[in-house]
Amino acid sequence: MTASLDKGISVLKEMIDAPIASYFSSCVHCGLCAEACLFYTETGDPKYTPIHKLEPLRRVYKQEYTLLGRIGKMLGLSKPVSDAELEEWKPLVYDSCTMCGRCSLVCPVGNDIVYMVRKLREGMAISGHAPEGLIGASTRAVEIGSPMGVKLPAVQAQMRHVKADTGIDIPLDAVGAEYMVLMSSMEIINFPEYLGAIAKIMKQAGKSWTLCSEAFEATNSGIQIGVSDIAKVLVQRIVDGAERLKVKTVISPECGHAYTALRWEGPNLVGQPYPFEVLHILEVLDGFRTQGLLKTQGFEEARLTFHDPCQLVRRGGVFDQPRNLLKMVAKDFVEMDDTGKMNWCCGGGGGVSAIEEAVPLRLEAFKVKKTQLEKTGAKTLVTACANCRIVIEEGMEHYKMSIPVVGVTETLAKHLVEGE
Amino acid sequence: MDADLFLTWVRSTGLNIAIGIFVLGTLWRLVEIYSLGRKRDLAVPRHRSGASGLHTMFRRSVPPPGMFKRSATSYVAGYVFHIGLFIIVFLFAQHIKLLQELTGLSWPGLPTQFIDATAVVTLATMLLVLAERINKPVKRFLSTFGDYAGWALTFLPVLTGYLASRHLLLPYTAMLALHILSVELLLAFLPFTKLIHVFTLWGSRWYNGNANGHKGVPV
Repeated sequence: MTASLDKGISVLKEMIDAPIASYFSSCVHCGLCAEACLFYTETGDPKYTPIHKLEPLRRVYKQEYTLLGRIGKMLGLSKPVSDAELEEWKPLVYDSCTMCGRCSLVCPVGNDIVYMVRKLREGMAISGHAPEGLIGASTRAVEIGSPMGVKLPAVQAQMRHVKADTGIDIPLDAVGAEYMVLMSSMEIINFPEYLGAIAKIMKQAGKSWTLCSEAFEATNSGIQIGVSDIAKVLVQRIVDGAERLKVKTVISPECGHAYTALRWEGPNLVGQPYPFEVLHILEVLDGFRTQGLLKTQGFEEARLTFHDPCQLVRRGGVFDQPRNLLKMVAKDFVEMDDTGKMNWCCGGGGGVSAIEEAVPLRLEAFKVKKTQLEKTGAKTLVTACANCRIVIEEGMEHYKMSIPVVGVTETLAKHLVEGE
Repeated sequence: MDADLFLTWVRSTGLNIAIGIFVLGTLWRLVEIYSLGRKRDLAVPRHRSGASGLHTMFRRSVPPPGMFKRSATSYVAGYVFHIGLFIIVFLFAQHIKLLQELTGLSWPGLPTQFIDATAVVTLATMLLVLAERINKPVKRFLSTFGDYAGWALTFLPVLTGYLASRHLLLPYTAMLALHILSVELLLAFLPFTKLIHVFTLWGSRWYNGNANGHKGVPV
């Protein structure tokens, strides 16, 4: 056994808890989880059945934590998990799982399958079986400060552009501001409209806010690749920044997994609850709406539909806010089939969009989104995750569709009452 | 062995051994699983009605939106044979009598003709379930020896029970003895096969519902 495999197996042993033991003991191999997974439904290949992706973890559980398994191991009847097996499972644990969690919603015995995928990735990564794309992103996140290699000057350039466009100064490192706004690299590079929209909305709402020079990046490759140590470093940066600036609330951007990382995993990674509140931007905006701080005029004429980012909705609990907000500015808002917590993933979550070798499979899996979209007849697709957005844009380009994809925040900002 | 002697053995020694393995084995498995515990979630919970472990324990018995039409046979057959097994095991007068001897508790049963009809439906449904396991690519791909063994361990008691009740194939005494033996095999193997799901699924549903309920997602 190599040293790295040894480490991987001990991490997996550490990961196994009562829920995992209960889940593996309950599985009756009914295969219904396959019907919930876009990688199975769009390819028809049984190897993409979610519970099958967990086979190495199940074997470790059985061999280490069950009486019969331990006896079998002592007598040499069971084969230990090997490097070759983990390498074989790499495409199943990473390329074909976006950690969307749809399988966890349908399993009749109640298994939270995605919870186990998250844990299995910890063992895969530490034993050297994570995809190159995610290793690169995680390294850049730790060393440079962003998975895409974005540094503070790029943010400052955005700040200047927003100032030029809107005349609004973007506060940086303003101690005592109410809100600290985070962004994803994708928003800094590809979707600059986000920052401009925030500036306009905050001005109208009369709220104090700031960016933080040490913690502007919200995304967390650590939870995607499955290295809690990295995830912790990235969350800690934000915690330190927020504490230094003494903000009341940290706003997670239009990004799905950043919300999961910061809102749900973060306190567990750093080992204690935060001294500040974490809200997704949609929660903040919906709060402004209910307080009457968000005044809009005019409507989008085109038919709109909303793509629920998995980590925000199914895995995050933010359901109603985007709908409440879009109804303020949309005349013709339609839901997709399988909407809300049952929505289908764009195919690029959980780090999949960073894995180059997974592109053909991801485009194949995108067919489910394509079908959903076409059925609505929508002329514009709104979402609240920059990663979903870019993945959907790539998917549509591949299938020669031309529906613009926009964010909720910028859509609202377009309709703000001028001069308020 | 003489059929009467065989029946006497399965009714005394055999039954004691089987119940002993079943009770101790199940307790062992449950302790083995649930004593592992889990870490407390330090994230501030979001409260939303309907999002909790208890809700999921019940809600998960109903197909989630969109799932029924994707796998109608799995759901219909699943309901039919589980409900069938429940009726046969707990609402057949002879079984109630036995359970009364063991536990002191008693409740009214259903007419034998109804139980017989239920057994036929259950057997037919279980054959359909087996055919699906063999024919559906995903189910076949996932299936191991344990899945087929679990199926056989469940099917045989129903089959032998029906044959004994209708006095078919073998003399009553011999068939009854086989029936009791098949139940004893089921009891003895249950804790160590996937059949343990009859107990653990409640824990699994609770954990899933509780963890997602923490985030305000009713699953």
